[in-house]
Amino acid sequence: MTAMLNVRDLRAYYGQVQALHGLSFSLDEGSLTTLLGANGAGKTTTLRAICNMVRSTGAIEFEGQSLSGRSTENIVRLGIAHVPQGRGTFTAMTVEENLQLGAISRSDKAGIVSDIERMYEHFPVLKERFTQQAGTLSGGEQQMLAVARALMLRPRLMLLDEPSFGLAPLIVRDLFKILGRINREDKVTILVVEQNAQLALELADQAHVIETGRIVMSGGAKDIANNEDVRKSYLGY
Amino acid sequence: MELFTNQILAGISTGAIYACMALAVVMIYQAIDHLNFAQGEMAMFSTFISWQLMQWGVPYWGAFVLTIAFSFVGGIAIERILFKPLAKAPVLTNVAGFIALFSIINSCAGLIWDFTIKQYPTPFGSSPFLGSQLISTHQAGMIGVTLLMLLGLFFFFRYTRMGLAMRAAASLPESARLVGINTSWMIALGWGMAAAIGSIAGILIAPVVFLEPNMMGGVLIYGFAAAVLGGLTSPFGAVVGGFLVGIFENLAGTYIPGVGNELKLPIALALIITVLVVKPAGLFGRPIVKRV
Amino acid sequence: MSAAEEVVTEGQAVEAVPKRAMTLGTGTSLIVLAVLLVVPLLVKNFIIFQLTMLLIYGVAVLALNILTGGSGQFSLGQSAFYAIGAYTSAILMEHFNVNYALTLPIAGVICFAVGYLFGQPALRLSGVYLALATFALATAMPQLLKLGYFEHWTGGVQGLVVTKPDAPEFLENALKSFHLKMSQDMWLYYFTLVITIAIYLWSINLLRSRSGRAFMAIRDNEIAASSMGVNVALYKTLAFGVSAGITGVAGGLGAIAVQFVAPDSYTITLAISLFLGMVVGGVGWLPGSFVGSAFIIFVPNIAESISKGLSGAVFGVLLFLVIFLIPHGARQIAIVSQQLTARLRR
Repeated sequence: MTAMLNVRDLRAYYGQVQALHGLSFSLDEGSLTTLLGANGAGKTTTLRAICNMVRSTGAIEFEGQSLSGRSTENIVRLGIAHVPQGRGTFTAMTVEENLQLGAISRSDKAGIVSDIERMYEHFPVLKERFTQQAGTLSGGEQQMLAVARALMLRPRLMLLDEPSFGLAPLIVRDLFKILGRINREDKVTILVVEQNAQLALELADQAHVIETGRIVMSGGAKDIANNEDVRKSYLGY
Repeated sequence: MELFTNQILAGISTGAIYACMALAVVMIYQAIDHLNFAQGEMAMFSTFISWQLMQWGVPYWGAFVLTIAFSFVGGIAIERILFKPLAKAPVLTNVAGFIALFSIINSCAGLIWDFTIKQYPTPFGSSPFLGSQLISTHQAGMIGVTLLMLLGLFFFFRYTRMGLAMRAAASLPESARLVGINTSWMIALGWGMAAAIGSIAGILIAPVVFLEPNMMGGVLIYGFAAAVLGGLTSPFGAVVGGFLVGIFENLAGTYIPGVGNELKLPIALALIITVLVVKPAGLFGRPIVKRV
Repeated sequence: MSAAEEVVTEGQAVEAVPKRAMTLGTGTSLIVLAVLLVVPLLVKNFIIFQLTMLLIYGVAVLALNILTGGSGQFSLGQSAFYAIGAYTSAILMEHFNVNYALTLPIAGVICFAVGYLFGQPALRLSGVYLALATFALATAMPQLLKLGYFEHWTGGVQGLVVTKPDAPEFLENALKSFHLKMSQDMWLYYFTLVITIAIYLWSINLLRSRSGRAFMAIRDNEIAASSMGVNVALYKTLAFGVSAGITGVAGGLGAIAVQFVAPDSYTITLAISLFLGMVVGGVGWLPGSFVGSAFIIFVPNIAESISKGLSGAVFGVLLFLVIFLIPHGARQIAIVSQQLTARLRR
C-alpha cells in the first residue's frame, strides 16, 4: 500500500506557543483514518498544518510531492479537501452556490453540473433546499453541505475536523455512514479528527492518538478500540 | 411646493455623481473591508489621463475605453506593489497608506497638469432633458450610465464564477482558500474593478465640476457618506444613498437658514449620521450580528 | 435583499500594547528628559519654537492615542477640539485679559465638556461610521469659526492675534543677577515642557488605573467588557472627554506659541496629520506620540526641500517608507532596541 500522505517531524506554532512537537504519521491510499485525542491535544492543528493554515516546520508529502512553501489554496488544488471546524459554510450564499464554490477551481463545466446532481443524490435534503440560504439550514444539514462542498473538489484526500460537533447522535451515525460510502465507492482517502472516539473507531480502519502535540499510539482502529488501557488513558471511556 | 419638487429633482441630478462614486466605494469595501481614501484621487488621475488622450487626438469613446483599461491595470498594480506588503499590518497602518497614496497622486497630478481648471467634454450634450430646466441631458446620461453599471455589477456578482469567487473571498477568506480560491488575487481584482468604476465616475463628473486635481475631494466624502447610508454591503443601496445624499444636500442648502455652501457638507454628514444612529447598518445593509 | 444576518466575529481592530511596554524604561526616560532640558540653551530661537510645537503636537497626538489606542474609538475630529482650545485661550487673553496660564485649564475643561457631549451620540457608532462622524465635526469647525454670528469674538476669517507672554517677573529678576536673559520663546518652551510632562505622567497613570483597564477592555472586546459589568457608555464618553480636554490644552498652548488663531489653521488636514502622527509613533504607545509629532512637523519640510513641485508626492513616499519598515510605528524600534540591549547585557 502506497502512502498517500507522509508527515514527518511536524512542529507547529501559534505565535510563540508550540502546539505540535514533532508529529509523524502516514496515511495509506484508500484508508479511512481517525485522529483522536483530548481537547487541545493538537488534532485540529495537525489538519491546519497540512493545509498551511498555521506556521509549521517539518516535512509533509502528498502523493510524493512536498507541500512545504505552498499556499493553502494551492495545496487544496492538489486534491486535498478540508472541512474545517465549524464547517466554514458560506452562510450568506445559497446551498447551490456553496456547492458551486466547492468546484470553483475546476474548469470542466459539464463535470461540475453532473457532480452537483450526484451530491443531491448522496444528500437528498440538500436538493430540497438548494435555493435556500446556507445559514438557515440546521446543524446537521450544514454539515452535509460542508461535506458535499468538499466532495465537489473531486479530492483524493479529505480532511474532516470534528464533523460530529454539535450534532445529535442519530445524525452523526448517518453522516458517518455516508463518509464510509464515500471512502469505499468514490475511493476518497479520509482523515477524520474526532472527539467522539467511540463512533470514529467504529467507522475507521486506522487510528492515531495524539497527546500534547505528539502521536502516542497508532494502529488498526479495532485494536485500539479493544485496548482498554488506551481507551481509559487517552480516550476517556 | 414647486420649489420643493425642483430641489428634489436637482438633488437627484447631483446625486447621480455621488451614486457613481459610491458604487466604486462599495466595490472596494467588498474586496478589502475598508474604505480607500485615495479612491477619489485615483478617479481624478484617470480622468486626467482620458483628457490627455483626447488632447492627443484620441476620440472620446476611444479615450473612455483606454482609460478604463488603464485604470483597471493601475488599480491592480497599486494593490500589488503598495498594499499587499501591508496585508498583515494593522488596519490603521493601512489607512495611513491610503493617505500617503492620496498625497502622492494629488501632487503628481498637480505637477503634470497643473491646477488650472479645464473644461471636460460630455458625449450627452448639455441641453435640457425632456424640456426640464433642472436636469440636463448630461445629467440624465450620468444617471443612465450609473444604473447600467449597477446592473452590470449585479450580473457579475450573481451570475459569474469570478463574481461568486470574489463574494466568497470577501465574506470568509479562510473558507474561500479551502475551496482553492486565491484570496490575495481576489483583493487585487477588487482594486482593479474599483479603479475602473472610479474612472467612469470621474469621466462623468468632470463635465459638471470641471477638471482639476482637487475636483474629487468633496465628491469622495459624499460618496463615502452615500455608501455608508445605503449599507456598505449593497451596491443598490450605494446608488440609492447617492441620490438621497444629493437630495439632502440640496434641501439643507435651501431650507436651513444661514447654511451657505460651506456648511452643506457637515450638515449633510450630520443627517446621514442621524440615520445611522437609528439604522446602524445603513438602509439596505445586512444587520451585523456580532459574536463575541 | 436577504433577510439573513451577517455574522461578524469581532476581531481586534486596535492591537494592545502590553502594560510593561507602555513607557520607556527609567534610564531612557531620564536621558530624554535631560536632552529636552538642555537643548534650548544651545539653539536659536526659531528652533526652540519648533521644539515647542513638537511638544504641543505631541500632546495632541497623545490625546488621540488615549482615545484610539486606549479605548479603541477612531477619531478624525481632533482638530475641532484643538481649535476650540486655541480660540478659548485667544478670546480669553485678548478680549478678557485673562493670564495666559489660566486660559489653559479653562480650555481643557471646556473641551472636556464638548468631547464628553460629542461622545454621547458617538456611542452608537464605531469604526468607519465613527470616522465619518468625527470627520464631519472636523470639516464643520473651520466653517463655524467663520460664521458672521460669532465674528465679534472670533475675528471671523482673519482670526485673532495673540500676545506672546514674557517670562514671569521673579524669574527675569533672578536671571538678571546673573546677567542672563530668557527669551520669550525659551520661557514658552519650558512652560510647555512642564505642562507636557505633567500631562504625560497623568496619562500613563490613567491608562494603568482601573479606568485605563476599562478603556482597554472596551477596545479589545466591547461586548465582553459590558457583560463583565464595565459601564461601556460611561467610559467611552469619558475617553472622548479626556482626549478632547487634553487636545484643548494643546490647542491653547498652540495659540500662544504661534501668536495667532484663524479658522483655516484648523482644518481636516490637521486632524489627518495628528492621525498620521499616532500611527508613525505607534498606536497606543504614549512615548511614540512625540516621535509621531516630530514626523508631522519635520517631514513635510524635508519633502518640500527635496522637491518643491512634488512635495506632496515625496511626503507620501516617505510615509510609505516608514510604514513599510515599521508597520507598528516607533514602538517597534523601541521593542527591537530593548531586545538588543537585553542580549548585550548577557
